[in-house]
Amino acid sequence: MSSSFLEIKDVSKKFGSTIALDQVNLNISKSELFSLLGSSGCGKSTLLRIIAGFEKPDSGKIHLDGEDITLLPPHLRPLNMMFQNYALFPHLNVKKNIEFGLKEEKFSSSEIDSRTSEIISLLELNGLEKRKIFEISGGQQQRVALARCLVKKPKLLLLDEPLAALDKKLRVQTQFELVDLQYKLGITFIIVTHDQEEAMSLSDRMAIMKTGKVLQIGNPVEVYEKPLNEYVANFIGTANIFNITKLDNKYIIDELNMEVDPTNINKKFKKCLIRPEKISIKKFISKNTPNQCKGIVKEVAYLGSYTKYLIESNGFKFYSYMQNSEISEELKIKWDDLVECSWKSESVYFFNE
Amino acid sequence: MTLLSAHGKVSPSIFLMNNFLRKQNFWFVFTPYFWLVLFFFIPLALIFKISISVSEWGMPPYRDLLDFSDGNIKINSTLSNYAFIFSDPFYLRSYLNSLSLAFTSTLICLLIGYPIAFYVAKSKESTRNLLLILLIIPFWTSFLLRVYAWKVILQGSGIINAILMKFGIISEPLSMLYNHYTVVLGVVYTYLPFMILPLYGYLVKFDLNLIDASNDLGARPLRTFIRVILPLSLPGIIAGSMLVFIPVVGEFVIPELLGGSDKLYFGKIIWQEFFVNRDWPIASALAMSGIIILVLPIIVFQLMFAKYNFKNE
Repeated sequence: MSSSFLEIKDVSKKFGSTIALDQVNLNISKSELFSLLGSSGCGKSTLLRIIAGFEKPDSGKIHLDGEDITLLPPHLRPLNMMFQNYALFPHLNVKKNIEFGLKEEKFSSSEIDSRTSEIISLLELNGLEKRKIFEISGGQQQRVALARCLVKKPKLLLLDEPLAALDKKLRVQTQFELVDLQYKLGITFIIVTHDQEEAMSLSDRMAIMKTGKVLQIGNPVEVYEKPLNEYVANFIGTANIFNITKLDNKYIIDELNMEVDPTNINKKFKKCLIRPEKISIKKFISKNTPNQCKGIVKEVAYLGSYTKYLIESNGFKFYSYMQNSEISEELKIKWDDLVECSWKSESVYFFNE
Repeated sequence: MTLLSAHGKVSPSIFLMNNFLRKQNFWFVFTPYFWLVLFFFIPLALIFKISISVSEWGMPPYRDLLDFSDGNIKINSTLSNYAFIFSDPFYLRSYLNSLSLAFTSTLICLLIGYPIAFYVAKSKESTRNLLLILLIIPFWTSFLLRVYAWKVILQGSGIINAILMKFGIISEPLSMLYNHYTVVLGVVYTYLPFMILPLYGYLVKFDLNLIDASNDLGARPLRTFIRVILPLSLPGIIAGSMLVFIPVVGEFVIPELLGGSDKLYFGKIIWQEFFVNRDWPIASALAMSGIIILVLPIIVFQLMFAKYNFKNE
């Protein structure tokens, strides 16, 4: 990707003896909605703060729209950041918070007014202009924080856990609004989140990080279906991971003592992944065919649209998720039922680490 | 935390305490007020009484307000003491001297104290506690001793003169003591912690993300200070300034020890009227006027500020 909009090259950062970022490389294109995903302490927030300019990297370069911004102080960077707890100014009202950044750019007051009222109606904050920050709800605060950044028409918007402070129902609704807004404005978004579902539903592409390293970059489908290693597989969704042994031209799943046939047997695979929704279970036992095994249902969790089953087979436990549309009353699977598990051979994904 | 049992339930002790508080409510609430009445309002009323009394020789050196001596009740009250102090510019000048001393020292305390408070508030927690202890340590020594120490440092044979002479910068000792600059120095030195501590109290609660947010929105550090940090620490600035300004107006000991005859201060004038001239009514009238002139603007200011006061939640 030569024409990347934001280019992060070999960026490293240490705090004392802890390595926060280790040779991070990322290329983000214009108008992309990119997520940095990882558990706490993985370096995602540090990377965001380095892009914003609040931290200086120990080594490496950052280019934005062809310009080297590595050493530019934060107030001169053509980007904005939405903080996790919004960091709204408590001594100013909603309108003054939104205008704050424009007043630093020496616009005429009519220009400031028109841009402010435009963003106020875009984010449906009409009528709240004169309110103080502590007088509006969490969802409204989130929109003020967004408006305060967007009114500056930044080239890049950084969002640090933008939805973490909202309750669950509002979070889902806001997710869609955020994607909508990003699409409408065409501004490049970089979102830091620890919530894999949020990252999956928001992002065009995402980077999964662990202890200062980027483990995998890809769109949600790639990352979910083809994780590069066990950590990523476990981090995104639920993963049934089995050890495999090569035997002639076949692979054997150690735990289940059964055969699987990989599409590509050239590589030295050590493990395989079968996602729970790709394992279907049936109550009746037929003859053993490839990609089938017997198991006992250990736990059943009915979740409305689908049901989670914990299956024990050969002393090893794994999950199977079944859509509830397929379940009829007489075929209903209960605790301690003997079941037959099956999957398509292309549903098995192999990897090294 | 100790009030919570292992199951996260509130332990009985907290109920007992609540009960105790409810029963003792009256005394809990009113003890400070009784204290205030006993040790502030009653003495203040006595001072006011003396200030409108007629001065005479004797002990106490003023005539009783109510006189029964010739069978009739006669009220011996007068406003002449007030008329006298307001007619003599000598008293007004000393009051203005005190105000200007208070103003100058408050400003200097603010200029020195603000960066210190900011630095302490933004240090790591372990460093912060150490710095706070360093700020408080001088209070373990008597205030008088600390002011005397300045006398020793600044005197002709003191350490400053000794060093300057040793390096040949001066040939004979400078006389640095007994002028109004030394008074300012002593006042600033003594009252600086009273400026730093309330400022620290506000700044330590300050959300550092607000500084980042301001920078991010295009405000360079100085603009961030003016637009975000300063307005949000204004309550601390006001609290600290009051704690310095008000007592310095009546400050008596520091001008007495470090000051010269170049400027007379209000506190010292009151002392002289009481103990040298033994004119209690005049001294009381001075004290009352000082309180009224100082307190009224502050009450007005407080009322105005209450409207401006914002909740930082």
